[in-house]
Amino acid sequence: MSEGKPIAVAMSGGVDSSTVAALLRRKGERIVGMTMQLWNQRRLPALSGEGATGRCCSLDDVYDARYVAERLGIPYYVVNFEKRFEEQVVRPFVDDYLSGRTPIPCTLCNNFVKFDQFLELAEGLGSDTIATGHYARIRRDERSGRYLLLRAVDGSKDQTYFLWGLTQEQLAHTLFPLGEMTKPEVRELARSLEVPVAEKQDSQEICFVPNGDYAAFIDAYFEEQGLKREQAAGEIVDTSGRKLGRHDGTHRFTVGQRRGLGIAAGEPLYVIATKSDTQQVIVGKNEDLLRRGLTASRANWIDCEGIEVARRVQVKIRNKHEAAPATVFPGGEASCFRVVFDTPQRAVTPGQAAVLYDGELVVGGGWID
Amino acid sequence: MQRYYFDHNATTPLREEALTAFQAALSSIHGNASSIHHYGQEAKQKLEGARRQVAQLLGAPAKDIVFTSGGTEANNLALFGAVGAGDHVVTTATEHPAVLNPCARLREIGADVTVVEVDGNGVVDPERIARAMRPATKLVSVMHANNETGVVQPVEEIAAIARKCGALMHVDGVQAAGKLPVCVASAGFDLYSVSAHKLNAPKGIGALYVRKDVKLRAQMLGGHHERDRRAGTENVPAAIAFGAAAGWWMGHGAEERARLSGLRDRLTAAVTQAIPDVRINGAGAQRLANTVNLQLDGIEGEAVVIAMDLRGFAISSGSACSSGAVEPSHVLLAMGMSAEQARSSVRISLGVGNTEEQVEALARALAEAVKHLRRISPAYAHV
Repeated sequence: MSEGKPIAVAMSGGVDSSTVAALLRRKGERIVGMTMQLWNQRRLPALSGEGATGRCCSLDDVYDARYVAERLGIPYYVVNFEKRFEEQVVRPFVDDYLSGRTPIPCTLCNNFVKFDQFLELAEGLGSDTIATGHYARIRRDERSGRYLLLRAVDGSKDQTYFLWGLTQEQLAHTLFPLGEMTKPEVRELARSLEVPVAEKQDSQEICFVPNGDYAAFIDAYFEEQGLKREQAAGEIVDTSGRKLGRHDGTHRFTVGQRRGLGIAAGEPLYVIATKSDTQQVIVGKNEDLLRRGLTASRANWIDCEGIEVARRVQVKIRNKHEAAPATVFPGGEASCFRVVFDTPQRAVTPGQAAVLYDGELVVGGGWID
Repeated sequence: MQRYYFDHNATTPLREEALTAFQAALSSIHGNASSIHHYGQEAKQKLEGARRQVAQLLGAPAKDIVFTSGGTEANNLALFGAVGAGDHVVTTATEHPAVLNPCARLREIGADVTVVEVDGNGVVDPERIARAMRPATKLVSVMHANNETGVVQPVEEIAAIARKCGALMHVDGVQAAGKLPVCVASAGFDLYSVSAHKLNAPKGIGALYVRKDVKLRAQMLGGHHERDRRAGTENVPAAIAFGAAAGWWMGHGAEERARLSGLRDRLTAAVTQAIPDVRINGAGAQRLANTVNLQLDGIEGEAVVIAMDLRGFAISSGSACSSGAVEPSHVLLAMGMSAEQARSSVRISLGVGNTEEQVEALARALAEAVKHLRRISPAYAHV
């Protein structure tokens, strides 16, 4: 840590980031607390009915973060990142769904807002380090000089699946003080540091989408933007092209989904793919979801500058997926790679990330084509 | 850390005269100004003394001053008190939310509102007001001076237009009182809003000047306080402090305005010399002696405000939304600036405590902060 330069702590008002602030404060670090205002919850009135639980940047969270900062006696500011968040996270999220992909907004937010604009702002304020409440570890490899990203000690909270896009520059300026701790330990520490939000519930799901209803969000966003989707509705077909029914928008379906198809069939049917060009949703049997491998693009490499030869790795294809043993091969271009699983994996979903691990280490990752 | 306050358009510290009067009133005056007995009479006398002081500052008869809870309530009382369903209101795009939001509500309840645009300097052309007038126009509401840019509007000329058309003239004078010489009677205003805490008096009190013949429906209903124009037991200690501060501005306003204007020119010179690619918003207009709104190319005003706060200097940017984050100023947008330009602007507003040394220190710190922010700003390279 450079002498006297403050650490900018991203404070959401939740227990994790509040504990980070309290922990750094106890260590005697100079810190500045900041909450990123990312999305105006009142913007899409159609979604703000009773019981809406999308909690992104709610006034309650800001209230909590401000109170924690006051208790810690640190400067605290709310910064408005709504414009960047909409451009870099919300629009790509909507576009991805409409082109038949299942996006991960958290990764985009990390890559282009939290570890980009926030770091830039922190530097502008004379800080050169940011700290967040993410569960992951950063270590510098003395031999290669590279910054390594490792899974959190608490496997159930590990967030490296969303952090594979961090650049060396970003990792070099970031602290994840919770990476070595389990969630119960964090709560215990929060209590012992008298963090006022120690008992607050964890947030779930996509922060700006109330109740996790992303289809309703997309519809409301389109309406607000005055955009018309030409023919969102289309056919549900089986793998041989036989028409089984109709649907009212491919963005309502994701690969592997079973419920909500509205089709009576002898055996369970699953979404195998969504086709934005023909507006078709293709359904089939569970076995039809199995894939031997995948290709990914827009890769980011962390423990190396890239791969020139095949490498044994474990690959995670969605957050709740258990990393599967596989071999990764260089793709045609440096920013692409190809994965062959040892055993076929279920529901390889375009738009999700393929994150490559070597044990605890994050090798890198890319977006599934 | 040594801290300096340069945000006097947001609020001001108490003047010593106001503080002394406030403390004395809190500890010794406890009667209800409506009571018949000695205690009530004592409170009433002090209240009326304060009313005369506030009236004098505005050049109004004391009986025409209605105490309110502040500038926002004064604006609400003026608009809802004078306008009803079927009436037409003319206002401008750079008004304070305490005028624009009541106007939006008036629309909902069946009034019609015309929002007149301003020019690149933030000034409204009286001709445009004249063109917006209709037979049904009941009220024209224009601010005397803008809170963000300090730009002064030609309110007397506009008042003449309103009078000619048989409409009432409301002036939001929250930023102007004290900082500009005001004489509401000779200027032809019918309603004039002021706020005490912008004049080195406490928060929680303000006033609305209501010309004698103006029919105003009370919005706060209850007892017969304030000649039936605003019910509720008067906040006597705050009114007394308000009166004391108004008295100070009455006696020292001209001198203080000259001093502030000297400080402002010094600040402007220092800032424009030390910082490249800086513009003064509203530069072509008559502006308050204490306000400078700077556009700093390529960086976020929000970041400048935080960087300055961490250096001990309190300035501001845009308007705070409910979370406390900054939104691009509707005033600057109305002046034709892009969202980027509006977001790159900061406001410095001087006041009673500021000195030449403070202003020099501010300019140096601002130059440093801007230089650092621009060095890492991807947007600045393209400017």
